[in-house]
This record gives sequence, structure tokens and C-alpha cells, in this order.
Amino acid sequence: MKKSIRFLALALALVMMLALCACGPKTEQGPGPVSNPGAESQPGTEPSQSGNEPSGEASGTFKLGGIGPMTGGAAQYGMAAMTGAQIAVDEINALGGPVQFEFNAQDDVNVADTAVNAYNILKDWGMQVLVGAVTTTPCISVSQEAYNDRIFCLTPSASSTDVTAGKDNMYQMCFTDPNQGLSGAEYVKANFPDAKIAVIYKNDDAYSQGIRDAFYGEMKDSIVYEGTFTEDTQTNFSVQVTAAKDAGADVVYLPMYYQPATVILNQAKAIGYAPTFIGVDGMDGILDQENFDASLAEGVLVMSPFAASSTDDRTVNFVAKYQEKLGQLPNQFAADGYDCVYAIYEAIQAAGLTADMSTADICEALIATFSSDSFTFTGLTGADQTWSANGEVTKVPMAFLIKDGVYTTP
Amino acid sequence: MKNLKKTTKVDFATYIGVTLAFLIVFILQGRGMLTNAMESWLVPVCCFIVMAVSLNLVVGVSGELSLGHAGFMSIGAFSGIVAGMSLAEAVPLVPLRLALAMAVGAACAALAGFLIGIPVLRLRGDYLAIVTLAFGQIIKDLITCLLVGYDKRGLHFVFNLDGLRSVSDLHLEEGGVAIIKGAQGAVGVTKMASFPAGYVLVMVALVIVLNLIRSRTGRAIMACRDNRIAAESVGINVTKYKMIAFVVSAALAGAAGALFGLNYGGLASSRFDFNTSIMVLVYVVLGGLGNIWGSVIGAAVLYILPEALREFADYRMLIYAIVLILVMLATNNDQLKALVGRIIPGRKEADANG
Repeated sequence: MKKSIRFLALALALVMMLALCACGPKTEQGPGPVSNPGAESQPGTEPSQSGNEPSGEASGTFKLGGIGPMTGGAAQYGMAAMTGAQIAVDEINALGGPVQFEFNAQDDVNVADTAVNAYNILKDWGMQVLVGAVTTTPCISVSQEAYNDRIFCLTPSASSTDVTAGKDNMYQMCFTDPNQGLSGAEYVKANFPDAKIAVIYKNDDAYSQGIRDAFYGEMKDSIVYEGTFTEDTQTNFSVQVTAAKDAGADVVYLPMYYQPATVILNQAKAIGYAPTFIGVDGMDGILDQENFDASLAEGVLVMSPFAASSTDDRTVNFVAKYQEKLGQLPNQFAADGYDCVYAIYEAIQAAGLTADMSTADICEALIATFSSDSFTFTGLTGADQTWSANGEVTKVPMAFLIKDGVYTTP
Repeated sequence: MKNLKKTTKVDFATYIGVTLAFLIVFILQGRGMLTNAMESWLVPVCCFIVMAVSLNLVVGVSGELSLGHAGFMSIGAFSGIVAGMSLAEAVPLVPLRLALAMAVGAACAALAGFLIGIPVLRLRGDYLAIVTLAFGQIIKDLITCLLVGYDKRGLHFVFNLDGLRSVSDLHLEEGGVAIIKGAQGAVGVTKMASFPAGYVLVMVALVIVLNLIRSRTGRAIMACRDNRIAAESVGINVTKYKMIAFVVSAALAGAAGALFGLNYGGLASSRFDFNTSIMVLVYVVLGGLGNIWGSVIGAAVLYILPEALREFADYRMLIYAIVLILVMLATNNDQLKALVGRIIPGRKEADANG
């Protein structure tokens, strides 16, 4: 009896697996929502030799690779950035111009060694330019490999300075952490000159720590309290919030992603503490957090280059397409991913590249274009963005005030 | 060959099998017949084979459940990275520097294993599992607080326990580099690891572990596992023998960690979390407890599997889980075992001998 059950289980599992195998490839061709941004990839069917136009005009189908976490704890960032990139690729291809893209996004689970594996898979596929990696630690490993292989990389959101340090082919779409801390400090100085400041940050996260270090360097004298937390302690902030209140802080700087910030806002309200909360670009998305009472975020300042509630045509169009694909509002990661593809697109046109050029030549040409003073890019995350030769972007951060559940300009 | 013991034959077959696999892959690599993706698997596979073999020594042979093996790997990785980076000028020869880094990683992990073993191995039952579980978490958090830099004056350490210090507190001189930057982990690591180095490490691990198991010490360790009271009654010092297994296992894990760490440009301590410990445990359990060549195959197959399943995209991890369940069912299936026994005569005997 027992044996037969075991056999039955084995047989059932086999059937399940076969069924899955059968439907795996099918979804790749399905027209449904692109939960898998890699679906566009169809190795082998790529007309890479279509670029026979005279040199000087950009043409051909370029192979764009993407790396980001699409499963695991950081999946939302990778999914957002890769979906944003996919939307841009679809738009560019729909234009029907001479430059077309093929996009292949690979999952790295936010792990450095898996990211290198993903990178090599993309290299086998014939990747010419990389959009990624989305998160910092994987990006550092990947950028080292890409530097040796001479493949141009533009990361949507890996914001540490270590990502670009010493690698001339590595460019960033987002602010570096120190730049963001500095601009935060400038904003606070200009708008809250005599404020007592509290900082709560996540000290096991390079992003949070990096912003705090720069902010602290500028604002040392006005900071009355600093509280830290880690991945494992981000469900309760009563100690930090109470201490900030007791220290008499009237501005609380929160260099972190929005999930822990929701808890902080909630607990601050519970003890009747109402300072001005200032968030960074990771705070974008707080209004869409499930089970979060958006009224708690009233009066929070968010310093982000992107706001989904902007009313310019491009943003509205992007938000609509993104909602169609994933059913939620895009955050800053999605906008960065979208902008990455357009920045590469414009740079390819500016440099007059063709898809049959070698990857190394494309890399050198893109480096020259991105670092040149004449190349400016206007996207969802800011107008007239320029890049310095070390790969860092220059753009103006915007401060948004959350009022009546929407972003407004203060 | 005939008068060799069954176990000796199995051991030699393991060495030969690993060597043959290495040679085949190495030749294919030299001829450029491997894809980039396959090449990127080689070193981590070697590392995880060593991890599985060393964990098998604790779980399979010594019979204690360790849930913090990634902690030792982490210690080895970060101490190995520090050694490998800081010796860059003193030892210009890369393979030698890699070997030194692995030795440092092994020594640091062994020391940690020894210190933890002192109180823990005196406990019975599930306590080792609980303490090693905590240990893995503690190591992860401690390395998150660690700042290490290197300049002309030597190594600088800052322990950022209150979370208020940063790289500038290392006070590095001009030209100094920060090797470990707290939460961000190690950055800017020079890639030193290579597939031949991985093969050598696997062989060293196999020779150490197999010889330990077949020695007098190994039999004492297994006696403690099978019946602690009986072992004590014949005068075996249970704690000592468990300690030997535990420290050897930690040292090998440390060496594997060092090789792993020096294979990537950057590494965060969060890579060596509870999930990694469990993953290695899965390699061991599915490869067969106490079965060393099973661990080798288990680690190699199960590390590559999720990568090889990438074409299934979103279903990747689901299929991975199903394969794990299938392997568990298949390896425990009596009918299948009987079938294998009929095909390979004398198979039952080998099982009995482990």
C-alpha cells in the first residue's frame, strides 16, 4: 500500500513537471502581461546583419541585456526596472526606426555570483549593451566582468560609488548615494535652517548607509539623534522614534526604502510625534504600499527624481503602460529602467553606431558619447541629464510634498 | 585490485571520477567549447562541492546537525579576501597568493569552529543545530559591522558596532584601499580564483575527509554517532572526536569560502545567510548522508540545476523544487533500489559499508 502511494506521488510529480515543461515555453510566446521581461528573447532569430546603411547613421538591431532580481526579497526592484526597460524597448521598436532593440532580462536573485552567471548567459546570447545590474552588490561583481570584456553598462539603480569606481565603461542612471545625501543636506539647510535633525537609517544596507554618511558629513552639527536598524529589526521602530522625539528633533531624515518608512510613520503617529519627515528616492512608492494608510504620509517630503503623479505626457503615457503590464504604479526604479534604454538609444543615434560593430567598438563609442559634454538626455527622471567621465549622472533632484494623497511641489 | 577493501575501491573511484571530470572539462575549456555561462559555473561548483563534502563530515559522519555552515564559509571568504588583497605586493605570484588566502581562510574558520565547538559539542541532541543556526546569523551581522582597509602601514580594522562609523574612520593613508566596507561587503576584489585551483581544493578536501573517515579517528567519530554511551564506555572521548570532525569541517569550509570570495569582484555578507547553509545541507542530504561521492555529485548537479533551468524563466525555482522532491522520492524508493541492486551486483554491500 505504502509503496503504491509512493509510486503514485512520483508519477504525479512527473506529470506535473512535464506539464510545466510544456507550458514554460508557451508563456514565452504568449501575448499576455509580460511578467517575464525576458520573453522577448529568441536567440538565433535575430537579424543582426540588417545594418547595411552607410556609416554615420545608426541602424540595426542591438541586443540589450538586463540583469536584476526578479525573484527573492528584492524582486520588486528588479521587476520594476526590467519592466520599465521592456516598455521603452517596445516603444522604440514600435517606432520602426532604423535602430531596433532586442531585450533579454535575466534574474540574479540579488546575489553577486548569480548575477555573474546571468551576465555570462547574456554574453552567450550575444549581448552588446547591458542595462544593469539593478542592485548594488551584484552590480559591483558584474561591472568588473563587463570591464574586462569591454561591454558598455548603464545601471538603472545601483547607486554606490563603488559600482563605477575604476571602470570607464560603467555608467549610472540614478544618483550616487553621496550625491543624494549632499543634495538632501543642501535642501534641509536651505529650507529648515535652524532645525534639529534626527536620522534613522539601515546600517546593513549600503544604500542607506551611503546616503547617511554624506548627509552626516554636512549636517553633523544639527543632528541631535541617529538611530539605526537592520533587515531583521525593521518591523519595530518604537525605540528610535521615541528617542528622536525625546531629543526634540523637528526634522527626521529617512534615507531608506519605503517599507520601513511606513512603519516609522505609523509609530510616530501612535506616540503623537509630528516632525517633518524627509525621504529619499527610495521613499517613492510609499503611497502604493498595500495596507498602508496613505493619510499617514501627509506632509512627508520626498526627494526623488521621479514622481508617478507628474502630469507631463511622457510620464502619463509611461504610467498607463506600466499599469497595464503590472497593475500597479511605477516607482523610481521603473522610470530609471525606462530612461536607461532611451539614453542608450539616443547615444547610439548620436554616435551613429550599427549593430554589426563589435561589442568593444560599441563600448568605446558609447563611453565617448556619454562622457562628452554635448550629450544631454531628457527622460522621466529629469531633464538635461549629463554624465561625467567617471560614470556619475548629474541631474536636479526634485522635492515633492505629499498632500491629499498625491505628490505636489512644495 | 581484488584484495582491496570495498571502501578503498569506492574512495579511489571517487578520486578518479573527480579527476576525469576535471580533465574533460579542462580540455573542453581549453578548446573553447564551453559557453561563458558554463565557465562561470566552474569555480562556484568546486566551492560548493567542498562545502558539501565538509558538511557531510559533520552531518553524515559525526551525526550532528549544523545549520550554520555558511558562517564558516563567510569567515573564510572575508579573511581570504583580506589576505589576498593585502598580500598583493608581498606575494606577486597569483596562485601562491590564492593558496595563502585559502590557508588564511581555513585557519580563521577553524579557529571559529574550535571556539564554538568548546561549549557546543558538549551538548546533546538538537542543541548544536540551534547554536550553529545562531552562529551563522551572528557572523553575518558581525561582518556587516566590519570595516577593513589596507595601506602602507598595514591592515586597519574598525568595528562599527554602534553603526556610526564609516570608511573614513579607518584613517587610510594616501593610496590605501578599503577592502571590506561594512554592509556593502568586500568591493574591488581582484579575481584570483581559477578552475584548476578549485580542482586542487576539491581533491585536498576529498583526501582529508576520506582518509579521516577510514582512519582510527574516523571510526571513533562514527562510534560516537552510532551510540554515544557505548563509545564512552570503551573510553572514547566523545567531545574530542566530535571536535576533530567539526574543526576539520570548518577549516575546509573556510578554504572554500576564500576561493569563492576571490572569484568575484564584490561580495556581501548577506550572501552567506541561513538559506546558503540550508542549500548546502540539501546538497548533503540529497547526495546521501555519510556518502562523500554523493555529496560531490549532489553539489555539482544542484548548483548547476537552477542556472540550467533559466529557459523556464518564471517557473525556474518551481521546477527546481519539484526536482528536489523527485530526487528525494527516487533515492528512497525501495523498488528503484532493488532495480539498481540487480543491475550492479554487490551494490547492497557498498551501501552497508557507507
